[in-house]
Amino acid sequence: MRKSLLIGLTLIMGVVFIVRLFQLQVLNTSYQKLSENNAILSISDYPERGFIYDRNGILLVANQAAYDVMIIPENVIPFDTISFCKLTGIAKEKLILNLKKARRFSKRLPSVIVNQISKKTYAKLQEQMWKYEGFFIQKKSLRDYRIDFGANVLGYVSEVNTNDLKNDEYYQLGEIIGRQGIEKSYEKELRGEKGKRFLQKDRFNRIIGEYKEKSFDIIPGAANNIYLTLDATLQEFGESLMQNKRGGIVAIEPSTGEILALVSAPSYNPNLLVGRNRSSNYRKLVNDTLSKPLFDRGLQALYPPGSPFKTLNALIALQEGVITPETKFKCNKGHYYARGAFMECHCRRGSNNDLLKGIYQSCNTYFANTYKKIIEKYDTPDKGVNQWNEHLKSFGLGNYLGYDLSVGKRGFIPNAAYYNSWYKEGGWKAPTIISNAIGQGEVLTTPIQLANFTAAIANRGYYYTPHFLKSITGDTLQQNFARKNTSINPEHFEIVVKGMHKVVEKGTARIARIKDIEVCGKTGTAENYTKIDGIKTQLTDHSIFIAFAPKDNPKIAIAVFIENGYWGGRWAAPIASLMIEKYINKEVKRSWLEKKMLEGSLVSEYEKPNSGKPFKINE
Amino acid sequence: MNKNLYRLDWVTISLYISLVVFGLINIYSTNFNENSTLFNFKIPVGKQFLFFIISIVSAFLILLTKAKNFERFASVFYLFTLLLLLGLFVFGNNISGATSWYSFGGVGLQPSEFAKVATTLAVAKLLSEIQIDVKNIKSMLQVGLVIILPIILILLQPDPGTALVFAAFFFVLFREGLNSFFLLLFFGLIFFFILALVAPIPFIFTSIFTLLISLYFFSRKLNKKTALVPYLALIFISCGYVYSVDYIFNNVFEQRHRDRFNIILGKEVDTQGIGYNINQSKIAIGSGGWEGKGFLQGTQTKGNFVPEQHTDYIFSTIGEEWGFYGSSAVILVFCFLIIRIIYRAENLKNNFARIYGHGLAAILFLHFFINIGMSLGLVPTIGIPLPFISYGGSSLLGFSCLLFIFLNLDSNRLND
Repeated sequence: MRKSLLIGLTLIMGVVFIVRLFQLQVLNTSYQKLSENNAILSISDYPERGFIYDRNGILLVANQAAYDVMIIPENVIPFDTISFCKLTGIAKEKLILNLKKARRFSKRLPSVIVNQISKKTYAKLQEQMWKYEGFFIQKKSLRDYRIDFGANVLGYVSEVNTNDLKNDEYYQLGEIIGRQGIEKSYEKELRGEKGKRFLQKDRFNRIIGEYKEKSFDIIPGAANNIYLTLDATLQEFGESLMQNKRGGIVAIEPSTGEILALVSAPSYNPNLLVGRNRSSNYRKLVNDTLSKPLFDRGLQALYPPGSPFKTLNALIALQEGVITPETKFKCNKGHYYARGAFMECHCRRGSNNDLLKGIYQSCNTYFANTYKKIIEKYDTPDKGVNQWNEHLKSFGLGNYLGYDLSVGKRGFIPNAAYYNSWYKEGGWKAPTIISNAIGQGEVLTTPIQLANFTAAIANRGYYYTPHFLKSITGDTLQQNFARKNTSINPEHFEIVVKGMHKVVEKGTARIARIKDIEVCGKTGTAENYTKIDGIKTQLTDHSIFIAFAPKDNPKIAIAVFIENGYWGGRWAAPIASLMIEKYINKEVKRSWLEKKMLEGSLVSEYEKPNSGKPFKINE
Repeated sequence: MNKNLYRLDWVTISLYISLVVFGLINIYSTNFNENSTLFNFKIPVGKQFLFFIISIVSAFLILLTKAKNFERFASVFYLFTLLLLLGLFVFGNNISGATSWYSFGGVGLQPSEFAKVATTLAVAKLLSEIQIDVKNIKSMLQVGLVIILPIILILLQPDPGTALVFAAFFFVLFREGLNSFFLLLFFGLIFFFILALVAPIPFIFTSIFTLLISLYFFSRKLNKKTALVPYLALIFISCGYVYSVDYIFNNVFEQRHRDRFNIILGKEVDTQGIGYNINQSKIAIGSGGWEGKGFLQGTQTKGNFVPEQHTDYIFSTIGEEWGFYGSSAVILVFCFLIIRIIYRAENLKNNFARIYGHGLAAILFLHFFINIGMSLGLVPTIGIPLPFISYGGSSLLGFSCLLFIFLNLDSNRLND
């Protein structure tokens, strides 16, 4: 027994140790993970965010380097705070606070002390860095807008929030995500795929080198550059025309559905949402509830379409066979569409208009009668309205168009169910809803819907889903934006196009005439109301114009909407005309008109409802 | 001259060489950087390699020495190392709080490592003398004095870890006939020590009381003459011991000592403070898995997460880089080596050689038990090296001498 005590103990301990090893190394896998957390730092490796170009290859959005001044508290020795503050422009109290915060966070790990210093400051600071032991400068990448327009289309990026983190596992705290516009729609293409780098840490959490010679690293997937359909020159011109006005311009290339310009006024300089003052600027934009610069009027604003809508009613009536181009209606400065109900019209007393004249004179009477015929073609108004609704839907009205920006509105085209819920069943007839004939009433559209149906008319019967994406780096884009046919046969369009041509030649929009270009258009003037202290109050009419040009083989279809601009020919038509001229001729010869539009201001008009005083409209 | 070299135990020698080489590999890994070579004597692996060469040379000299001379000069060695230990208080270098070193140029020597050799020789010589009998109180005191003197000198450095190793001689004494009562006492003390730390005092008192009283009544049934006094005395002594352990633990120990025990006993979870070493060592070992991460691939090792990794915590590098297979192999080699030494010692007719062999085995066992136990989180943190493997010149040289003296004695097994 005495001989074997030590032998026994040795054997027992041998077994105990091996069992313990088995337990630690084989059974318990949590130690494996602990070691990885402990000793390996995985950091994301981001590709540079993709650039954005216009249709002609003009660079709109690039990246710029920004510099954060960082410190490692344990390395900092007392320094001249006053000259440091002067150099970086940080307030002394803020500096002291940041230093304290950094020290509380970690003595060995870097923290930001001054964030996003300018290139200039960086250059100055770089020379002085030797004075500040423990400080270093970290480069980061910010968006660099090379232009001061197009903010509503381009959108902006910002740090991910908790919602983004929940919705998409790809993102981690502190990363950047496209928040609006193209940045949001093409986030995946622009950001690329982040890679991973594994670094070996020591026990103080300091990085001591690459982990296993980078063999586990994931190389980031390159980001893509985006080429937009936007024409930067046209977009800029549009925005300048819209200064001091509210409304939207949408220009589309009819043959492709490519959006050439999307102007929303008022807008903002995209550079406001980059850099140090980002959050205060953003707050200002959000808080401007009167002019709503973040609200894209081209896509989101719902207006009654007004007279341009008459072109669609004409097409539907032709398709339904309830009128022919020769059909005439008498107009005596208007007409009674029901007993005691008179609809005014600016036609001369005793006019007897055919379709062509109806269009270019914008005769309310003509279209009221036409509309009545459409509705009354069927045995019940229900069927008539629904049929009319179907035709309009084929022009992309009353629903999202499917373009590649994330904001928008459906618009509204009433159907029988809608009226049945308002009136008792059978309690309404064509005259009840006659306002629809002239684009008033219940119909609501967004400017892009106006531009889109204009493009459909320009194409004589079809349109391509409007879109902003021309191509992604290296790829010739397969057409994901489908061609959609309207429910109107092509042969019916010619007369309407002819009418629209006459509108510009001898009708309500002669101001839109351009030498050597056959412009087709239709003006509109839409009554609108607001509530002031709960009282429904009429405001100055909206000024509307839709157009396309040239008449044959059209290059551009455009819709212009100027809030409270009074009649269509006053603001919308000239602006649309200038846009067409600029796009097709590359230069504007009518500088007097250009000047008038650039300098014209509706600010006083917009102040009226907020002034608290009684005001006159349509002055 | 030793004429029996052809009877050398080559198995043990190859185990020795493989352990040292494996140690070099792991030391190389823990301090690996771009200018690590075996011949850079400024870095640990180079220094260890240098001492390996010195050890081999010493081993030759030892093997060439006549076996009788070890017995003859044991007392001289012993007195000489005592002088070296005393000299430390005058000439010694204080490194991290302990004056355990003589420094010659860049090389430090730790006399306590050689004290192990000398004390083993001295104990073997004393016990092998005919007039000495461990059952005799006077002999006991003589042997005890030989063991206690170096312990005291080492404790004064202070280096309690190394001092603890001298407890190994308990096994030697026991083998040579120490009363079994001491064995019971030895384990009883350890048992009650742990019990006192784990369980609340009143609970232990009541348990001891009920247990011994019922034992008393049980034996009275068998034998009416059973006296109550010894039982009461036992109760009194046990309770007194438990109480004093509790008292010492809470009032004499410093917090860092208490922490070491508390973490092992699972009473405290502290992964950043005192528990940091043990926790990181467990993470390193645990992350090795079956096969380990491979030579130079240990992430814990590279990140220096385990303090003292090339010395006391070398086993965590082995665990991480060589996995379950590698570390089990090390444990098996140690067990095999210790048992082989005991087995061969038992077959020696010469008492001096046999007792020396036991001393060697017991010292190896204690190092093995404490060092690996500590790395695995089973034993409180006690800073002693893993023989042959841990970085440390004096330790490697000391253990080499200790082993090769035995190999010399063993090769002369047929002479007496």
